[in-house]
Amino acid sequence: MTEVVYELDDGEQLTVELRDPWFAALLAWLWPGAGHFYQRRFAKGFLYMTCVLGLFFLGVLWGSSRVVYASFKKDDFRWQYLCQVAVGLPAFPAIVQAIVTRDGGQPLWVIAERYPEIVMSGSGARVVLDPLSYRRLRPGESLPPNMTSIKDGFMAPPSGRIDLNQNDVLGTWHTELGHFFEIGTLYTLVAGLLNMLAIYDAMVGPAILSKEQREKLGKGKPEDA
Amino acid sequence: MTLGTTIALLGQLTDIARIWYALPLLIAISLVYGATRHERAKEVLIHAGRFLYWTFIFFGIILGLVWFGGYWN
Repeated sequence: MTEVVYELDDGEQLTVELRDPWFAALLAWLWPGAGHFYQRRFAKGFLYMTCVLGLFFLGVLWGSSRVVYASFKKDDFRWQYLCQVAVGLPAFPAIVQAIVTRDGGQPLWVIAERYPEIVMSGSGARVVLDPLSYRRLRPGESLPPNMTSIKDGFMAPPSGRIDLNQNDVLGTWHTELGHFFEIGTLYTLVAGLLNMLAIYDAMVGPAILSKEQREKLGKGKPEDA
Repeated sequence: MTLGTTIALLGQLTDIARIWYALPLLIAISLVYGATRHERAKEVLIHAGRFLYWTFIFFGIILGLVWFGGYWN
């Protein structure tokens, strides 16, 4: 059992029970706020859970779940996922999808299926093999015969080859989602960064400055710290 | 006012509206940062409020500079 004691300005002593700090940090990582619930710091746990998960799920919603994915290919190094994974379990489906689709496998939890557009011209039907023109299957619609589809999975990396000089599925996502791709990425990324602060708080307690420390920093009131 | 001008103005309004996406982000950042510096709810909220206030001023200055810089385009 670990506890930290703070001397507050009003002369009161504040004791924060961290219980097992490492276990609390692990819980705080796996589910934002869980570490604080374990330490019986319920108000803080609720605040962290609301803020971090609120931002994360809002980002996932706006980004149609395509903004959280783990891909570390040469042309699609998704460094943002390194921050997003700090949210813990809610970002884990991306790891599962990265493993499943690693060798060209189909993603799990398919949210959209696309197939090439068929263009009728004078010489007959022609299949346009350009992912940007891949049409999404409507609900209840079935795939035309002898046609392979491209699948978008929940938190799965973009299917197919990433080519910076050609249209690819990642480019299609940007076209379809517009600025929501960036906003969704930003929200989920910031959620991860904020949970890092929450994990630190669960492990060592709040960074309350003592009167001497504040004077050293040239700050007066406690809320200035 | 021509149709082109109207469309351009509407486009600008849309861009301004996108600033609102920063609001939930700033509120969450303020609250979480305040919570890492205090334990009591009242102190957390005071810190978050001050943090939010100064962030708005900072962003306001940046916005003003960008707006002002737009005149050189």
